Amino acid sequence: MLLIHCPYCEDDRSELEFRWAGEAHIARPEAISEISDEEFAEYFFLRNNEKGLTYERWRHIHGCGRFFNAARDTVSDRFLMTYKAGLPKQPVPVADKMAATAEEKTVETWEATEGDAR
Amino acid sequence: MSASENSGGFRIKGAGRHTPARTARFTFDGKSYTALEGDTVASALLAHGVHLVGRSFKYHRPRGILTSGPEEPNALLDVSRDAARRQPNVRATVQEVFDGAKIASQNRWPSLTFDVGGFNDVLSPFFAAGFYYKTFMWPREAWHRLYEPIIRRAAGLGEAPKEVDPDHYASRFAHCDVLIAGAGVAGLTAALSAASTGANVFLVDEQPEVGGALHYDAATTIDGQNGYDWAQSAAARLKAMPNVTLLTRTTVFGYYNHGFIGLAERVTDHMARPGRDLPRERLWQVRTKKVVIATGSIERHMVFANNDRPGIMLASAARSFLNHHGVAVGRNVGVYTAHDSAYEAAFDLKRAGVSIAAIVDCRADPGAAVLEEARALGIDVLTGHSVTDTAGRLRIKSMTVVRNGGSDTRKIKVDALLMSAGWTPSVHLFSQSRGKLRFDDSNQRFLPDIYAQNCVSVGGCNGTDDIAELIEEASAAGGGSVSVTAANRFEWTGGMIGAAEGAGPDTAVKAFVDFQHDVTAKDIRLAVREGMHSIEHIKRFTTNGMASDQGKLSNMHGLAIAAEMLGRPIPQVGLTTFRAPYTPVTYGTLVAHSRDDLFDPARKTPMHALQAAAGAEFEDVGNWKRAWYFPKRGEDMHAAVNRECRTVREIGGVFDASTLGKIEVVGPDAAQFLNLLYTNAWDTLKPGKSRYGIMTREDGFIYDDGVVGRLAEDRFHVTTTTGGAPRVLHHMEDYLQTEFPHLKVWLTSTTEQWAVIAVQGPKAREIIAPLVEGLDISNEAFPHMSVSECSVMGVPARLFRMSFTGELGFEVNVPADYGPAVWTAIRDRAEALGACLYGTETMHVLRAEKGYIIVGQDTDGTVTPEDAGLSWAVSKKKTDFVGIRGLQRPDLVRGGRKQLVGLKTKDPRDVLEEGAQIVADPNQPKPMTMLGHVTSSYWSENCGRSIAMALVAGGKARMGETLYVPMADRTIAVEVSDMVFFDKEGGRING
Amino acid sequence: MADLALNMATRTLPLSGVHGGSSVARLEPASPAARLSLRARSEDVAALSTALGIALPVKPKTSASSHGRTALWLGPDEWLVIDEGQGGLLQAANDCAAPHSATDVSHRNTAILVSGPGAAMAINSGCPLDLSLKAFPVGACSRTLFGKIEVVLLRTAEDAFRVEVWRSFSDYAFGLLSEGARDAAL
Repeated sequence: MLLIHCPYCEDDRSELEFRWAGEAHIARPEAISEISDEEFAEYFFLRNNEKGLTYERWRHIHGCGRFFNAARDTVSDRFLMTYKAGLPKQPVPVADKMAATAEEKTVETWEATEGDAR
Repeated sequence: MSASENSGGFRIKGAGRHTPARTARFTFDGKSYTALEGDTVASALLAHGVHLVGRSFKYHRPRGILTSGPEEPNALLDVSRDAARRQPNVRATVQEVFDGAKIASQNRWPSLTFDVGGFNDVLSPFFAAGFYYKTFMWPREAWHRLYEPIIRRAAGLGEAPKEVDPDHYASRFAHCDVLIAGAGVAGLTAALSAASTGANVFLVDEQPEVGGALHYDAATTIDGQNGYDWAQSAAARLKAMPNVTLLTRTTVFGYYNHGFIGLAERVTDHMARPGRDLPRERLWQVRTKKVVIATGSIERHMVFANNDRPGIMLASAARSFLNHHGVAVGRNVGVYTAHDSAYEAAFDLKRAGVSIAAIVDCRADPGAAVLEEARALGIDVLTGHSVTDTAGRLRIKSMTVVRNGGSDTRKIKVDALLMSAGWTPSVHLFSQSRGKLRFDDSNQRFLPDIYAQNCVSVGGCNGTDDIAELIEEASAAGGGSVSVTAANRFEWTGGMIGAAEGAGPDTAVKAFVDFQHDVTAKDIRLAVREGMHSIEHIKRFTTNGMASDQGKLSNMHGLAIAAEMLGRPIPQVGLTTFRAPYTPVTYGTLVAHSRDDLFDPARKTPMHALQAAAGAEFEDVGNWKRAWYFPKRGEDMHAAVNRECRTVREIGGVFDASTLGKIEVVGPDAAQFLNLLYTNAWDTLKPGKSRYGIMTREDGFIYDDGVVGRLAEDRFHVTTTTGGAPRVLHHMEDYLQTEFPHLKVWLTSTTEQWAVIAVQGPKAREIIAPLVEGLDISNEAFPHMSVSECSVMGVPARLFRMSFTGELGFEVNVPADYGPAVWTAIRDRAEALGACLYGTETMHVLRAEKGYIIVGQDTDGTVTPEDAGLSWAVSKKKTDFVGIRGLQRPDLVRGGRKQLVGLKTKDPRDVLEEGAQIVADPNQPKPMTMLGHVTSSYWSENCGRSIAMALVAGGKARMGETLYVPMADRTIAVEVSDMVFFDKEGGRING
Repeated sequence: MADLALNMATRTLPLSGVHGGSSVARLEPASPAARLSLRARSEDVAALSTALGIALPVKPKTSASSHGRTALWLGPDEWLVIDEGQGGLLQAANDCAAPHSATDVSHRNTAILVSGPGAAMAINSGCPLDLSLKAFPVGACSRTLFGKIEVVLLRTAEDAFRVEVWRSFSDYAFGLLSEGARDAAL
């Protein structure tokens, strides 16, 4: 179970108190009624779902109730940072990023490679 | 006969740590035995010379006790206190004996000594690896009728109890600075060190007492005393410290993300008469800053022909039975080893007066020190020899020994055979923490390499064999310092993995790798020959390591055999991933408090008790209990609902609507916010008025609906569906906080602040009028869709003029604590006037008669307002609201979409089934083209016929068309109609 | 029928008559109290504090008490204000001109008082928060989870907590607290 730092409560709290809320930094288009079908699909349906470093939204729904953003490594489940909603995408500290990529290589399981068996 | 004598003929006087006078009686397969307190079931049975305790899973081979710990794959027994307190698959080596325990062997019929299933052993050539995958392929029909039922009957180990578990289970969350898994020398040292810093320490061990390997290893001295005694005094010191929590009989079963640890504490399983308040087990969910893994290592068996007979066991297990339990595992014992450690078992037994037939060592050059000691004790040692077979049906009688590479065999009589192929570090928790292992080539073992979390492995599980080094490592891991001096008697060398002499690729012998799943060396080789090259595939094909012991003994051997066949080094073949739980955890522990009344919160409205007293039947709506209908004496549901439906339309009815979600939307920008969240326009709604609103998601589909009342310029009372309340608030907060944060508006859930009493029907006004103060509720002053604050029975109330029945109606909102009093007064007035109480079923029928939809029943997340016939509620003037763009998507504006319509069965007495499919031509070939399905269907007493709503492709263009609903036994013809079945003009609502 | 209207409605409290707990964790329903869910932006906190006569806490996980009123920080723009004293809470908020939302939740919530040396452990039977005095000192408060429900916790003394819970969850909360209290006594 994850331990998540809420930037509003300034506290590490159990994952139980949070709800994941999808990819971060996807702004609702200003004049949404005028955008094309392709732009709407890009905004509403399509997500990157990247392996490794991702920016995502969480809500401390059973705590302070606030939505916030997090940079998480989806391979190691490590949170590199969390920050308040509304702030622009924050660069991940270099040292943490390197640690995260190193970790990514180390946690490769045999399940992950079993399709490669010849 | 003294107590110690009747506790078993294999007890050794003066050996072991149990008190001879403290006995416990138990039965095994109906026969009564006496044990000593502190015995495991395994040690107690061995004390009586009982080795045969079970039959193997696949071949039903007689099996004995292989180990003395949680890694036991063979001795799985059924242990019970009484009929309901019975647990299958209990490891005899872990379960402590308690007075009155009833213990039974498993997987045998009719008896343990004569088991019909043993025939499988004779047929074993047909049961090779992959047998199931290949054999039961044809004919296809036979799978369901023949193969599967038979396999199912034969499969599975043990029998689950059928009674409800009468025990209770506890649960605790805890936090600490350092959690230490394992309380052997390393764990205790680490704990003493950590505790000295003032850190909050958890020290956890699965055994009843601390000590770990010191249970069997009687030759180690620590701080000048016997190692085991030192461990107990260290534990006593730790227990006395306020910053230390010492948990024994507690398994660290899982190491999860971010220092989250699962512990299973066994509280009463060892007690003869546990107190009623005691939970059977306790689940601990611990968040720790740091973990010290001190889980030691597990001895491996030797892989040779017929290595599974009762009486054959690990050397360390025999030491444990002797040194801890005071039990000799035989009178004439052989040893087969590839490692020095097994010698010490022979030494201990020899000194206790047990004859050692021979030590067979497959190595040419064992450690000099053990060899010398063996000679001094007069023990026959055969180096460079192997055991290639054993004999004895229900217990080993002899071992066949051959010089390596030779062919001259000789049989040596033994009644027990101890074996050791060396030691496997217990890296399970390290692996669970996502750490990466490296292969230690010189010692043929995997060791912790790269850490993923703040943890450190110390001692045996870290490959640290030297005790002085181990103590230094553990002390440093604790973060403080502690001075401990310890010495071993012997340095150990040796170890092997894979098949031993005589069980190689050129043989067809049964040399067991995985005892619990009956996987032999041959099976693994077969898997490789059949094309399995990844260890993950080999594991699944053979089921090696997939039993409940997770291959604690078998994984390394299986890997080595596969690597040899593949001609690849072991690290390239790979190791399967260790997963939680380390050992099986009972469902009771995982469920803990969440059962019976605490399984899920049962939410009750303030008027629940009054409705129960009025005879209501309740239905579950989410977590809510809602009054479903109110049967009078002699009425069934149908009769009650018909009466309620009629009475509401003819006179009036009273309904508990408290569960409807309510959100208070407050702030100067409240109207603007609602404009963005609902399809309707809200700035035009005047204070004192309310409006039905539809909420769509960004994709244009209906998400929720409800009536919204404007109480003041800056205050709205929003209602949601009962089930939708939490997600609607979450959805609103999402947009408010992240898309429209500039708006000054705030949202507060008020669902439970208000008790809501709906009063509907022609006499609704007459019913409530005397109770309302400060408000003219005449039709002129307070028309349909009005809302106002007022006073009801002297308490501040919110009164809505609204209707979900199509009748004149009001919804009285009073602060929840006043709900029962106001309900009682309204009910008394209503009943005096001939009106009745009604429940959710009548509410559903009445709204369907009017064609009012229920979101989630008549919609399913793919229905637009237009599809539901509600396009009037979508503002054409607004330039933005959530869903405005989604509604323009090509697929949402095309023709032929499924639309909500009414259905009338040709025979008015036919009531359709909700969910039934609708077709145009019932005679078309299958699979038929489905046009849609029935979403709501009821008998309408008020219409004198059945009514239904349905989603039908191009439905609105099909008015009057005949469609068909094919059912299993017949086809029902229906006519497509509009959705208003009653009072089409809609005059009653304005009464 | 005027006499009927004069027949003032009486209150029926959730958890009325229940009691329980163990030798180390006593459980009792709290008395009815006035409660306000208060929402405002940071620039308006001072004005509201003056209006309510209590300094609204702005530090996470803290509360403030004054004249029978306690304000609990629940979020950066959210407070739960509990009045067990003079009353007039809603009016005081409504009289403040600064933009805010004050919503009466007096009947939405009810509270269970947990006290005794095993109080924290009883709550930890279902609550994942670290309730050590270091992490959760006297006066600390937070919305959190208790088993399958949401609660607001306030530590009123070293060995005493107030558990605020929505009324329909109070039976569940009391039941799980009873289990926790029993286990804490072992």
